[in-house]
Amino acid sequence: MIVFDNVRLADVSRHFGRRRAVSHVSLEARAGDIIGLFGPNGAGKSTIIGMLATLVAPTAGSVTYGGQSARAFGDRLRASIGLLAHELYLYPELTARQNLDFFARLYGLQTSAAVGAALDAAGLADRADDEVGGFSRGMRQRLALERALLHEPRLVLMDEPFTGLDDAATSLVRERLQRLSGKGAIVVVATHDLDLADGLVTRVAIVRGGRLVADEPAAGGLRAHYRSMVGN
Amino acid sequence: MRPGFVEVALLVLKKDLAIEFKSREIVYTTLFFAVACVMIFSFAFVMEEGVPVQGAAAGILWIAVAFSGTLALGRTFERERYGETLRALLLAPASRPAIYAGKLLGMILLMAATEVILTPMVAFFFHAPFFARPLLLAALLGLGTIGFASVGTLFAAMLVRTRTRDVLLPILLYPVTIPVIIAGVRGTAALLQSPPEEPVATLWIGLLTAFDVVFVTLALWTFEPLMTE
Repeated sequence: MIVFDNVRLADVSRHFGRRRAVSHVSLEARAGDIIGLFGPNGAGKSTIIGMLATLVAPTAGSVTYGGQSARAFGDRLRASIGLLAHELYLYPELTARQNLDFFARLYGLQTSAAVGAALDAAGLADRADDEVGGFSRGMRQRLALERALLHEPRLVLMDEPFTGLDDAATSLVRERLQRLSGKGAIVVVATHDLDLADGLVTRVAIVRGGRLVADEPAAGGLRAHYRSMVGN
Repeated sequence: MRPGFVEVALLVLKKDLAIEFKSREIVYTTLFFAVACVMIFSFAFVMEEGVPVQGAAAGILWIAVAFSGTLALGRTFERERYGETLRALLLAPASRPAIYAGKLLGMILLMAATEVILTPMVAFFFHAPFFARPLLLAALLGLGTIGFASVGTLFAAMLVRTRTRDVLLPILLYPVTIPVIIAGVRGTAALLQSPPEEPVATLWIGLLTAFDVVFVTLALWTFEPLMTE
């Protein structure tokens, strides 16, 4: 795995045809940061996460990992990136174990140990051999989170990680993200749930209309601050 | 340790087979469509006395293969679109051409399974001596399938996030794979002559091999840039 201490977006733009999804965004995340990426629907949060994950190429500007571009690292870089997207990246026809086993092998992990630990962490050890299509949204979300973290990534990208989770699971995810950041991971969380993010994130980045309108250390009163920047 | 090219391709293939084994959705729909296609052609091209129109068998076999293959391509990638699992594959630290190769192998197996049913069926309905030169016929079908599936897999993956993918796939696929289909039809027709024209069939096999080399190489080369949004 490639270890890097920062990820930097430098004057990054991304256009889809004539639509500007992201425009001149510069943002740096360092090891141990938990960056909250906030903004209204269509603000460009998912595109920024896609660019950080190497899935979306910027139209202009650069994305660097420890000072080097994704191209310099090649395929190996992706072993250091974990992404939980709004879509869960799971095969509903396969069981929880088969899903995790497939991705573990794809990442070159010792499968039985990694899969067992992930199933325990998701609280799904007793449903390991059930098809994912029969799971509730919360169970699928927990499984998808473990799939994203299976390979202990250095850069953890979470797009709406709390969707469908109950209180207990939400607390576990928060603790998990804090532990990851404590171990030196760079965590980026995009969410609309400001109350859940309050107290979790260490830095706040607010995007509106594809532009970064705030990038500052987190302080309390996240909702009030967000409203002052974006409106209701 | 990160898995190598062959390991990744086999992992993707194994995963696709495991899903298909459970759902049997694509294999049943493809087979049903292919059989229906041959039945409809048999109503049109077999006369009342049970005598088929001369020289129709080769074309009907390849049309059924191409149409059912297109259906299978669409369904295979529709499965990857649900839950955006194709993005999860692209996010893995595996060689992206290897992911393409795994998907391609799955398509080839599926099309080969369809051909195993289709070929005797067309031979029966159209009184076509397909099995007079079984090795040459297998070579034509195998190489034609690789050519068709290699382009189809690339296009289906490219179009997976396009709203009009069901319409666009055949529009893009058929013009590009026309050389493969022509070579397949002409080569198979040569085998159906009495006596079979082996040198002509061998010539088309050579051309199909050349098409396959070009198509597979181009697809492996372009898969990664085409899949980056």
